[in-house]
Amino acid sequence: MAGWLDRMSREITAACGERLPDLLVVGIHTGGVHVARALRARLALQTPLCALDISFYRDDFQRIGLHPRVGRSELPVSIDDREILLVDDVLYSGRTVRAALNELFDYGRPARVMLAVLIERTGHELPIRADFIGRSMDLAHDQRVRLASPALDLEVLDRPHRSGRDD
Amino acid sequence: MIDGDVQFDANGRLRHCLTTEGLSGDQVREILDLAESFADVNDKSIKKVPLLRGHTVVNLFFETSTRTRSTFELAAKRLSADVLNIDVARSATTKGESLLDTIANLRAMQCELFVMRHPDSGAAHYVAGHVDEAVHVINAGDGQHAHPTQALLDVFTIRRHKPAFADLSVAIVGDLRHSRVARSQIHALRALGTRDIRVIGPRTLLPAAVESLGVTAHDDIDRGIADVDVIIMLRLQRERMEHALLPSEREYFAGWGLTPERLRRARPDAIVLHPGPTNRGVEIHSAVADGPQSVILEQVTNGIAVRMAVMALITGNAPGQPA
Repeated sequence: MAGWLDRMSREITAACGERLPDLLVVGIHTGGVHVARALRARLALQTPLCALDISFYRDDFQRIGLHPRVGRSELPVSIDDREILLVDDVLYSGRTVRAALNELFDYGRPARVMLAVLIERTGHELPIRADFIGRSMDLAHDQRVRLASPALDLEVLDRPHRSGRDD
Repeated sequence: MIDGDVQFDANGRLRHCLTTEGLSGDQVREILDLAESFADVNDKSIKKVPLLRGHTVVNLFFETSTRTRSTFELAAKRLSADVLNIDVARSATTKGESLLDTIANLRAMQCELFVMRHPDSGAAHYVAGHVDEAVHVINAGDGQHAHPTQALLDVFTIRRHKPAFADLSVAIVGDLRHSRVARSQIHALRALGTRDIRVIGPRTLLPAAVESLGVTAHDDIDRGIADVDVIIMLRLQRERMEHALLPSEREYFAGWGLTPERLRRARPDAIVLHPGPTNRGVEIHSAVADGPQSVILEQVTNGIAVRMAVMALITGNAPGQPA
């Protein structure tokens, strides 16, 4: 896991060039924030760690209602004309990232948004791809992968997921 | 007493918001926590979330209101809902249309969330008991019965300053007899574990069995507000006074008005609330209403987030969704 993160931060450093010190790292609650924290530490950034809770932007509210625990979105600085690194733990359907982009643009107009995910798995439902990937996994439809802890341990579960709740 | 069970669905989730009576502490806290998340929306450059896109919210006000109606309207718009304001004084109800006919017609226009204020106690319950399962009703004040979202925004405001409800002493001062706000506040405060709730006012304006709500009654404000943490002033509802319950407004202010001198009897860090509109010089002195201990304008701001939370929560608890 540490090796993936090291490689991702090298790729991010190369992609950002001299704009790296201004990069704003934005994690998507909850797993994405843990990954964002780890990446931000490796990139030695002074900019604040930002977080998005996309509960109010989900496309499945009509079907499953509000998530029982809505966290806080924290973007303490203006994102106008900034380079943004959006971070999630798992990229699956792409719906979470779509919701996060919608929320992000309600805070301002960034110059560029890039996407980093620890795991990219099969099953995309939207034309969304990550710029920086820890590892790609080929998983069956009824398998789930998630971060088991803030220490970034991965857990693969063989049980059907509830529609829409996963990424 | 009006049955509060009609506001829950078969799974015990809130489907309508009719009264704070019967809500558990956890249910109240769920709404307040959600309201904290919605309060952040108001800090964004675009003060809107897409949650209720495609929903239509009807503000159906059979009584006048400025604050409540406009904050419900803003809350609905910040949730991206479409809003229809029905001016009842000019509507067909004045031509004899019944309440349920009005609702049925609005249903035929695919409206599903009704925010309703009515001069009759129980009106919102009555509507909630007669609508199809896709409809949600929010009581924005019914007669002298309940005004749940006002009480929820009041406890939300209190919690931001003084979160330990079990240890709080709260005084509710004024016209308890006509106040749907006070009744809803008492239920919400009790649900959150508040033990010391004092209702203070002239005997003629205190309901006969008010102690049965779990409060203590005082007709002497100076004794009643001694060392309290929170003072909630109520509006003197002159429009509801049918009999000679009061000598005069001047005497009322002399006996029960909140002046800077009286406020000093409460704890030094006590906060002062008022649901508005305030009658300055009748129940509250201007120096108190505008003073550093007043949180009256915070209440107005918080009203938007709390009403967003209630609308999102009950709309999300739609039939067929997992509990």
